[in-house]
Amino acid sequence: MAATMAEKVWNAHVISEPGEGQPDLLYIDLHLIHEVTSPQAFEAMRLSGRRVRRPDLTLATEDHNVPTTDIDKPIADETSRLQLDALRTNCAEFGVPIYSLGNDEQGIVHVVGPQLGLTQPGMTVVCGDSHTSTHGAFGALAFGIGTSEVEHVLATQTLHLKPFRTMSITVEGERPAGVTAKDVILAIIARIGTGGGQGHVIEYRGSVIESLSMEERMTVCNMSIEAGARAGMIAPDNVTFDYLKGRDHAPVGEEWNEAVAYWSSLRTDDGAQFDTEVTIDASELTPFVTWGTNPGQGAPLGNSVPSPEDFETEAEQQAARNALEYMGLTAGQPIRDIEVDTVFVGSCTNGRIEDLREVAQVLEERSVADSVRMLIVPGSVRVKRQAEEEGLDRVFVKAGAQWREAGCSMCLAMNPDKLAPKERAASTSNRNFEGRQGPGGRTHLVSPAVAAATAVAGRLAAPADLEVRN
Amino acid sequence: MDKFGIHSGKAAPLRRSNVDTDQIIPAEFLKRITRTGFADGLFHAWRTDPLFFINHEDHSDATVLIAGPDFGTGSSREHAVWALQDHGIRVVVSSRFADIFRSNAGKNGLLPALVDQDVVEHLWKLVEEVPGIEVEVDLHNQEIRAGDYAADFHVDDHVRFRMLHGLDDIDITMEHNAAIEEYEASRPDFLPTTM
Ligand code: SF4
Repeated sequence: MAATMAEKVWNAHVISEPGEGQPDLLYIDLHLIHEVTSPQAFEAMRLSGRRVRRPDLTLATEDHNVPTTDIDKPIADETSRLQLDALRTNCAEFGVPIYSLGNDEQGIVHVVGPQLGLTQPGMTVVCGDSHTSTHGAFGALAFGIGTSEVEHVLATQTLHLKPFRTMSITVEGERPAGVTAKDVILAIIARIGTGGGQGHVIEYRGSVIESLSMEERMTVCNMSIEAGARAGMIAPDNVTFDYLKGRDHAPVGEEWNEAVAYWSSLRTDDGAQFDTEVTIDASELTPFVTWGTNPGQGAPLGNSVPSPEDFETEAEQQAARNALEYMGLTAGQPIRDIEVDTVFVGSCTNGRIEDLREVAQVLEERSVADSVRMLIVPGSVRVKRQAEEEGLDRVFVKAGAQWREAGCSMCLAMNPDKLAPKERAASTSNRNFEGRQGPGGRTHLVSPAVAAATAVAGRLAAPADLEVRN
Repeated sequence: MDKFGIHSGKAAPLRRSNVDTDQIIPAEFLKRITRTGFADGLFHAWRTDPLFFINHEDHSDATVLIAGPDFGTGSSREHAVWALQDHGIRVVVSSRFADIFRSNAGKNGLLPALVDQDVVEHLWKLVEEVPGIEVEVDLHNQEIRAGDYAADFHVDDHVRFRMLHGLDDIDITMEHNAAIEEYEASRPDFLPTTM
């Protein structure tokens, strides 16, 4: 029978089907760990005298709590230090490999896995982190799990799961100039809503998706969870294989050929049925930003802030009213007039080398507006090194931006990088929830290109606006 | 995990949709490395509101939370479940749960009771009009009762089974150890290891 890619990967990992109404038992190929969602899992393992079944399929890195300056000094915040210490102790005790602060491979968990070649097509990848969907860019079935599930995977390398429903989102046509992967995914979420993908694994398809680089694909899949989906996937092709070839953990020799043959068989069969199908015409795409407090509250940069009355249901209207109040915005105000205090470039959505190159291109020969502080935070130490090799750091610093060490940084308010109450940010991260970047902080989600142009203009802007106004 | 049969307790209305896990427990409270002690951070941004259920004399000791649709969206943090439990909540009733929240809740013995939105509306009215009314959540019959009112709720069979029997997931899985070993032996050699 014709099957979707998600179904093929799922079926290849089912250990046993316990029968009607019971979930499948699924084997997990890669388990990634960070310091926030793992301590209680290890605590429970220790209490019940259990061991990690496959430390060789498990990898830990430190990201959420790490500071992005002065990383050679002791961590000032006591609870942050406690979590990092707990991760180090747990990994040592249970034999799990770890990339700690200061290690050359440290970084955000969803940047580290792919860059090492650990994330490969057809694998099941889990992490106690909802943005695990990032890894689906390779055609892996990758999804976030809770701490009890982290414990379950540590102990058994398996998970009990009910099959996800399948959804295809086809973005067809030619991508207009100036439209980035971030704009594509923000537009998708605005279209289907934050609950639109619920219970589904989304397969992104169509000519626009196929034309994306591997890193751009990761940006798209990263935000699948913001549409409510468990996972996002993109069929592996030559772009995927070229990215993987030669990476530290990629297969070599005869195994490489075997792997490519297998990976190539994963594509959704012609005639396979998805439970839900959505099509988006690429010509509608344009730089996209959020104005509200969930990632579905977004609009083209050229629009005005919507009015609650523009929405159909009472719930959406109320949500819009709450959002406008929290964000300190007025309906009808042009989005391009919104002034920001801070610009944050980084996170597992947009903290990779291509993102930084894009930002450098805009900042070259320009400077960050006096009223704006700009943080540029590489997603991993490798990304940092690469950027420095290419001289991007000098462009950033010359323009007046701060060049930081690798970590989650201002994506969430868990480390020293935070927004003050009412401080307004353009951020390349993935969540604009109330207080996400600091209590009372106001977040506009944007692409790296828009972030850079905004830093220069002092208000939400696309690179094309800078040329016009210069 | 404790067995869950019939639970009775007071209910609290949470008249909001899309209550994401950042609202349930903001990131700044996530730094603990144990499973308890999260109650103070629960709904942190809303706690200063004197009308919020936590501050309301009829609802502060509620054990059943009646929430709007799309409860528990956003980050996968299980701390959201622990914080609710730490406050004493045993059941969350909603017409739509985020998937990860629903699964986390079930694993920890917090019952995510799925109902139609009109049941939520009805319960909201009821608990506001009859202060301190006792609500009964019956997992055997998958029914919520309050006064003369009764409504069915849905919960995954698997979660229901484990909650009714108070079973640990890992023990259940390890009964399949032979099948897991067999599967491991058949995995292709090209798959990566982290070491
Ligand atoms: S960068 Fe942000 S979204 Fe990504 S793992 Fe870190 S905190 Fe989570």
